[in-house]
Amino acid sequence: MTPLLEARGLSKFFPARDGKGLVRAVNDVSLSLAEGETLGIVGESGCGKSTLARMLMRLIEPSGGKVLFQGEDLLSLSRAAMRQKRRDIQIVFQDPYASLDPRMNIAQIIAEPLDIHGIGSTAERAAKVKDLIALVGLDPASATRYPHEFSGGQRQRIGIARAIALEPRLVVLDEPVSALDVSIQSQILNLLDDLKLRLRLSYVFISHDLSVVQHVSDRVAVMYLGRIVEEGPADAVLGAPKHPYTQALISAIPEIDPTRRKTHVLLPGDPPNPEDVPPGCAFNPRCLIAQDICRRDEPPLRSSGASRARCHFVDEA
Amino acid sequence: MSEHALLRVDGLTVGFSTEQGPVRVVEDVSFELKAGHTLGLVGESGCGKSVTAQTIMRLLPSPPSRIDAGRILFDGKDLAAATQREMQKIRGDRIGMVFQEPMTSLNPTLRIGEQIAEPLMLHRGLRRAEADEQVIGVLKQVGIGNAERRLLQYPHELSGGLRQRVMIAMAIICKPKLLIADEPTTALDVTIQAQIMELLKALQKELGLAVLLITHDLGMVAEMCETIAVMYAGRIVETGRTVDVFANPHHPYTYGLLTSSPRRARKGERLPSIPGLVPPPGARGQGCSFAARCPNVLERCRVDAPPLIALGKDAAACWNPVP
Repeated sequence: MTPLLEARGLSKFFPARDGKGLVRAVNDVSLSLAEGETLGIVGESGCGKSTLARMLMRLIEPSGGKVLFQGEDLLSLSRAAMRQKRRDIQIVFQDPYASLDPRMNIAQIIAEPLDIHGIGSTAERAAKVKDLIALVGLDPASATRYPHEFSGGQRQRIGIARAIALEPRLVVLDEPVSALDVSIQSQILNLLDDLKLRLRLSYVFISHDLSVVQHVSDRVAVMYLGRIVEEGPADAVLGAPKHPYTQALISAIPEIDPTRRKTHVLLPGDPPNPEDVPPGCAFNPRCLIAQDICRRDEPPLRSSGASRARCHFVDEA
Repeated sequence: MSEHALLRVDGLTVGFSTEQGPVRVVEDVSFELKAGHTLGLVGESGCGKSVTAQTIMRLLPSPPSRIDAGRILFDGKDLAAATQREMQKIRGDRIGMVFQEPMTSLNPTLRIGEQIAEPLMLHRGLRRAEADEQVIGVLKQVGIGNAERRLLQYPHELSGGLRQRVMIAMAIICKPKLLIADEPTTALDVTIQAQIMELLKALQKELGLAVLLITHDLGMVAEMCETIAVMYAGRIVETGRTVDVFANPHHPYTYGLLTSSPRRARKGERLPSIPGLVPPPGARGQGCSFAARCPNVLERCRVDAPPLIALGKDAAACWNPVP
């Protein structure tokens, strides 16, 4: 079966600040998402996850590689054809404060995609907006209010309503709950789960929070410095991580049970500057098991069990 | 000596004057922290935890903020009644502070060495050159290698994790008895969060610091704090030993927070969640502020705000607690 979405060798290079050299923000990333699945993409700041997400829907033009949506190459589409295609691929951003136009009321914000794509009569659009407001759990009376009158969680509901207005097949969620408090986070995660089933959506879910990703994802890809370093079914990647970086990420999560003493695997140092990626395996300066080969040769993604990991010692780690 | 509270906050009530009139942000908050112990003050945004911390340090400008009632006894002295001049002598000397955003707390135009030396010059009367040895020592203590070179760098040349280490170095250089850490790892990446948390744990033991940790992260409290106080809408709704509160939360809000974390939930299952929203200050009404969201709500809860009542091994402000 054709995957809903496939990235093949996707890259984005920016010129480095010094004018020489390149920043490989996303470097040769391949992944695929089946219909109805949620693909989680995790990594720390600067790993390229948000750039990747934007390339998947061509909000950023890739430097190389392909994006196939239902088998069709998105990069070969004209601007007009791509605009049509965006009906099927929508995005929800992290910061609902910054992504909603403060001068539009809620009904206008949610109706905007319908207006742009000329869908339905005025009355039909109004009815659709009303349905969407109810669907995402907002008070029907809020239609005429403005974004500043809402809390963070409610604003995220508005952003979600807008994203699903065109009945897309795929929604890219870029840190959708990171700005929210814990008690609100769980409300939004449940809402996303309900919508996925009701509207038969597929998600690309980007987050730095492994516990959230673990909860929502069927498959997980872990990124480090523009590369996927591990990828596979969520249970395998997060339950039995193969790459030392994934292991450290999981170990870094504070233990919520105070009776269990947890020893964290502490990675030394900081993630390196993407303008200055070390030779060999990009992770080697922080890796606790790095050998000479790791400083020399970049490892390919190797299969191990159900997952693939970019490590020379994938079966020993 | 160890039984004597280093910090005792007693009935602290803080208001702000706004265009709509005065608003209560912190209401009757009491807790104590013994020397060498750790207390986690937890809650979601707007619960008043940071206002509580900043009021203890008297960092909030007045007006608009005002201490309407209560005492803040630090080593026997009431900080609520202290003058700003007295506070300047205490801050950075006997109370160290670490904030969420090291970039905005550090001076971008001063070299790291100058900034770390500043508390020593201010509180110990050292000259800049005399401070160097101690500055290098404290940099090593907070795990900053290559200290001699780092001294000469500016904040923007450092990563977020290193900046936070510099903040911690400044906070401990005068060997304070109390460290107040307000969301010290929130702005950092996951692997750096773990480094900073381990550093704080190690320093706490090594220096016998009392730590007041302000955070929204229950995991961090579980790992770092002996006792916990959960705040909701300006009040402490539950407090006790961390192990007891986590094992058997009595307040429905604490219970909701603990169970709604995806860390505890099973994959694919619906997350238990707390419906509704935190009421903003000024709209908290009479009765329990959690009543509108509470699954255990009784008629009484809507009219009568419950005090903290001893329940099992901890204390919760609830008329109908989780058994």
